Amino acid sequence: MDWRQLWEICSAPDNVPIVGLIPLLGFYIYLAWKQAHANDLLIAQLEGDPALAKTHHRKTWPFKPGWQKEVHVWPFLLRIEFLAAIIVTIILMVWSITLNAPLEEPANPNLTMNPAKAPWYFLGLQEMLVYFDPWIAGVVMPTMIIVGLMVIPYIDTNPLGSGYYTWKQRKFSIGTFLFGFIILWIAMIIIGTFIRGPGWQWFWPGQTWDHNRLIYEVNRDLPDIFGITSNIAKVIFGAIVVGGYYLLGGFLVYSLFRRYMGKDFKRMSLLQFSITQFLLLSMVALPLKMGLRLLWHIKYVWITPWFNV
Amino acid sequence: MADENKPNGKNGKVGLVDRVKEDIQAMKVDIPTKAKEQIEGLKDPTKTQVYTSIFRHKHDDTPRNRALGVLSNVFLHLHPAKINRDAVRYSYTWGMGGITFFLFIILTYTGVLLMFYYHPSKVQAFRDVLYLEHDVPFGKILRNMHRWAAHLMVIGVWLHMFRVFLTGSYKKPREFNWNIGVLLLVFTLLLSFTGYLLPDDQLGFWAVTVGTNMARATPLLGHEGPFGSMLGMTPYNDVRFGLLGGSIVDANALLRSYIWHCIGIPIVASILMIVHFWRVRKDGGISGPAPVMLEAEADKPRRGPKAAGE
Repeated sequence: MDWRQLWEICSAPDNVPIVGLIPLLGFYIYLAWKQAHANDLLIAQLEGDPALAKTHHRKTWPFKPGWQKEVHVWPFLLRIEFLAAIIVTIILMVWSITLNAPLEEPANPNLTMNPAKAPWYFLGLQEMLVYFDPWIAGVVMPTMIIVGLMVIPYIDTNPLGSGYYTWKQRKFSIGTFLFGFIILWIAMIIIGTFIRGPGWQWFWPGQTWDHNRLIYEVNRDLPDIFGITSNIAKVIFGAIVVGGYYLLGGFLVYSLFRRYMGKDFKRMSLLQFSITQFLLLSMVALPLKMGLRLLWHIKYVWITPWFNV
Repeated sequence: MADENKPNGKNGKVGLVDRVKEDIQAMKVDIPTKAKEQIEGLKDPTKTQVYTSIFRHKHDDTPRNRALGVLSNVFLHLHPAKINRDAVRYSYTWGMGGITFFLFIILTYTGVLLMFYYHPSKVQAFRDVLYLEHDVPFGKILRNMHRWAAHLMVIGVWLHMFRVFLTGSYKKPREFNWNIGVLLLVFTLLLSFTGYLLPDDQLGFWAVTVGTNMARATPLLGHEGPFGSMLGMTPYNDVRFGLLGGSIVDANALLRSYIWHCIGIPIVASILMIVHFWRVRKDGGISGPAPVMLEAEADKPRRGPKAAGE
């Protein structure tokens, strides 16, 4: 166990924010879960007691008759904003006094940094480069993430859970978001920050970064495993595999939706549902491809003269 | 006129002295009176013309003045006069949107100060950073604050989005504002990325080299991307060339980064922020904490901004 190596990674000034973000995320997930759980209990209680549902103020916080429903922004909100501004300023000041912004040697195109890492918030994208060609990892995937985020309000037809924390009323959407944000995005950043070393090789936390390490690893393409050699056959094979993934996966998503989320499915138009299917399958494709690469050393699934997937 | 008809010469001179004496007598009364008035006036500065011209309402602690304090102030009038009593709960909002905006202000402030000491040219950029760190008074803390505020802002945006998602705040009628927010996320990351190159050190150079190398592979528009070469893309005319102003990360890339970082993106992001904040109000204010909805009420038509709130 090379503690020094671990410390060097964690204490690199530009990595400190991601080290800080992890406990922060833990705290906020706990805070959200606590409120979601309380709301879910209240919802269950009100669902079982229609008479109470008519009179209850529908929040987990106490509210007594005679209390004002609204408070003045000045001072009740402004003092919070003022305090927040002061606290953020203090944190920033202390941080800036104790930790210096990194400055390496002058830019030198002839001396490659190894590893050459992007800032931590982009390391998820950089990590994707291992599993996909740059046009997918660097262009298509980011575009799909942005477009996917933007269409969320238009494909989430569930009217429940607007303006309060809940889990039971929005299991699918919250589960999907947690999967995308925590499992994929944050975990990829953690891999990119803490695991990847020189040559973008996999070093377990605590393993010494060996700049001369060589890995004799033969990555194969999926068509090779099936003994397909001709280029045309590879194109067709890949198209079948990728197309089959989306078709079969699409059918699986359909049957899961029909069985477990009938109400949501009923509310969705064909366009809304097919966009959901496509985005969901593309998102799941990422860990699948990661698994293929990390566990079975498979590089490409679909090989064409123009692009490889 | 009557005075002029008086005999001239000596009498006239005496008249002047008399007048001066008279004025002095008058002054002895006038000035202390005015001084007293002045002092009395200073005891209640809220009644002075200067004060009332700045603050257009009284200062007494009345509900009306509390409301006016927010509504008649250009910076505070983004807020409503009153909000839901639970909406001030930190556990609901996390305050991350406001903190992100505050960090943007800090970044603008420290960024403008940094611009005084920085030349976006290959010869000077790195030396300017060294000069800033070692010779400029408080230069080091200035650069540190800018750097760490940028990182904090990325964290703030992510947590803000996370909260908005978990509370379903992107749902009707706030769909469009969520989209503005996603764009603001993109611009926050682009601001960070363009700033990364500016010190012109190895860290920034290689991060931007790695980052923009992906642009080579843009489908259709990059010279190494699918179908790129078929469309006549070369390293000298593709999208990466457009981003860097050259085929390598060099002086033009530094200048482009600088202009995008200091002028282009902040302006666009500011405009989007204006729309974002405006829409928060227009879409019915902060989304909650709203009363919980029950399964049976899900498909009842609910329209308008009020529907999501009370």
